[in-house]
Amino acid sequence: METILQNLLNGIALGSIYALIALGYTMVYGILKLINFAHGDVFMVGSYAGFYAGNALMKQSNHPSVVHLALVMLTSMLACAMLGFTIERVAYRPLRNAPRIASLITAIGVSFFLEYGGQLVFGPDPKFFPTLLDKQVLHFGSVTTTNYQLIVLGVAIVVMGVLQWIVFGTKFGRAMRAVSFNFETAALMGIPVDRVISLTFILGSTLAAVGGILFSLSYPKIDPLMGVLPGLKAFVSAVLGGIGNVPGAVVGGIVIGIIEAFVGGSPLSSWRDAITFVILILILLFRPSGLFGKYQAEKV
Amino acid sequence: MNKKSGIVFLAVVSLMLFGCPPKEAQQGGGATTSAAGGGGEILVGEYGSLTGPQATFGQSTHNGIMLAVDEINAAGGINGKKIKVITEDDQSKPEEASNAVSKLISQNGVIAVLGEVASSASKAAAPECQANKVPMITPSSTNEAVTKIGDYIFRMCFIDNYQGPVMANFAIQDLHSTRAAILTDMKNDYSTGLTSVIEETYQKAGKQIVAKANYANGDADFHSQLTAIRAANPDVIFVPGYYTDVGQIASQARELGIKVPFVGGDGWESPKLLEIGGKALEGCFYANHYFSDDPSPIVHDFVQKYEQRNKVKPDALAALGYDAARVLGDALKRSGGKGGADLKNAIAATKNFAGVTGTITLGPDRNPINKKIVIEEVKNGQLTLRKSIEPK
Repeated sequence: METILQNLLNGIALGSIYALIALGYTMVYGILKLINFAHGDVFMVGSYAGFYAGNALMKQSNHPSVVHLALVMLTSMLACAMLGFTIERVAYRPLRNAPRIASLITAIGVSFFLEYGGQLVFGPDPKFFPTLLDKQVLHFGSVTTTNYQLIVLGVAIVVMGVLQWIVFGTKFGRAMRAVSFNFETAALMGIPVDRVISLTFILGSTLAAVGGILFSLSYPKIDPLMGVLPGLKAFVSAVLGGIGNVPGAVVGGIVIGIIEAFVGGSPLSSWRDAITFVILILILLFRPSGLFGKYQAEKV
Repeated sequence: MNKKSGIVFLAVVSLMLFGCPPKEAQQGGGATTSAAGGGGEILVGEYGSLTGPQATFGQSTHNGIMLAVDEINAAGGINGKKIKVITEDDQSKPEEASNAVSKLISQNGVIAVLGEVASSASKAAAPECQANKVPMITPSSTNEAVTKIGDYIFRMCFIDNYQGPVMANFAIQDLHSTRAAILTDMKNDYSTGLTSVIEETYQKAGKQIVAKANYANGDADFHSQLTAIRAANPDVIFVPGYYTDVGQIASQARELGIKVPFVGGDGWESPKLLEIGGKALEGCFYANHYFSDDPSPIVHDFVQKYEQRNKVKPDALAALGYDAARVLGDALKRSGGKGGADLKNAIAATKNFAGVTGTITLGPDRNPINKKIVIEEVKNGQLTLRKSIEPK
């Protein structure tokens, strides 16, 4: 029983990180119908931005605190926002009217560019992320968790709420939805399509930065290929929850996290990654629109 | 629309999984290559994990090899010819290792090959060398199967059938372990090989393995496997994996309240081990090829030269790379700079060679006979020598 509870907790903690990354996938897909495969790598760049900022900050005052974490997070968000903007501008905008497969392949190209460019710039060997906040182990009976895990879960839920509000409660969100529906018509209605799409990418990349920092805090070994697997799993989470659907991404992420924790804790631990992809295949076969199926009747 | 996007997802996922990233090559010796062994140079190939998750393995080995080769060349080379090393990066991937070696042999025309550290990579590349009759020396692959691939494949380090029992017996005798758990990197031949010898040793000693779990190199989260291990209540946990994962495994175990020591093998050896693992590895042990603070003159001399050149202390992989290149140089002198069967026989005849990692005599199975093994302990954030097991 205690093992089951502990695994549930492990799964929720891992899943919250997938959820944060999945939110970025879902945002961009929701607007552009483009799976931004570079998203996992933006997440990696976010971690590295945090790594450099964190080390610089720790040199100034070597005492971990929430202020440190917040400052590093802001720096990283800024760096990723610029990166996201540049990627969209350079790689995706020229292909806006090309067939979707062209953009997809470009996304993979950008992804490889960041992964291998990262090896060149940051160095290929793993680095250790600075401890920005003291880790506290919390005990509930014999079940343990850390303050990190609680922060990750909290942030994922808050970010989900904020996104939901942006998309459904603001003027910008209405513009986003209009662009999502049909960007030519949206342009005719006076919506600055390019600016809306740029902002969407900036928002998505900022989320990747948040995910990157929280991930590195919990799993402090970072390397230029660190974004590949979490990126793929977040993608599966987004598909599971119904790609394009904001709460779906969070639920999908947490479900994937919990499934992984239970498989990992069972004698089948070697199947952990395989199970995630089996889920992807099953979802695509039986319920391609995901658990919260958003795009069923649209665009016929 | 839905069906179509489903197909696109699958296409993209399969591309992500099976697409080939670009290969990077690095020149070790300077100018571009000439044809096979021509001019005044002897071409030697090196393949290693210069990038990727096990990058420090490849980089240390490379530094060790280059130090040895520069020394050999400064001392007049091989009968007046200089050795030139051509280095290929395999990105820590076995499939790339095999590509790298076939390129070294067919395009660069090297007459001998040095590499790899990871047994999986050595096993992937060795058949290329064997088929082309190009002798290969692996400095530090400990999996037994590597040298069994053929009579052109040699090694410089002890094998897992020796290392595994030493680790297990150390836990049983010195740590009084009766119930052990093993966490294995399932994609890694080195790790699975060690796991089975540790298990055997425990069974023979009448002790129990109470939990076994798997992970894959590069995983970030080990909480669930550790939760299962915690439930079995072991008194020691073996992690026969690589340094990149060990640190994270240990710190997550401490979070879950697991206090027992971790024991590992030479895959832990890296300057990054303590940087990643920190306090969580305090009181943990691993088996290794040599101890860099060993006071013997040959080790001391090597450490000094290496430190001067690379500004870091040499780890065991650098020492083994250095030994492998020097044994190769010695054999080349005896073969008169010739490759093929002459070089193979010269390497096989290596006897009482004074290496940094011990005296090297190659046996009929092309493995060194009687190598020293040391057990290092993490104490106050430093690596210290717990035990040195001299060859019988």
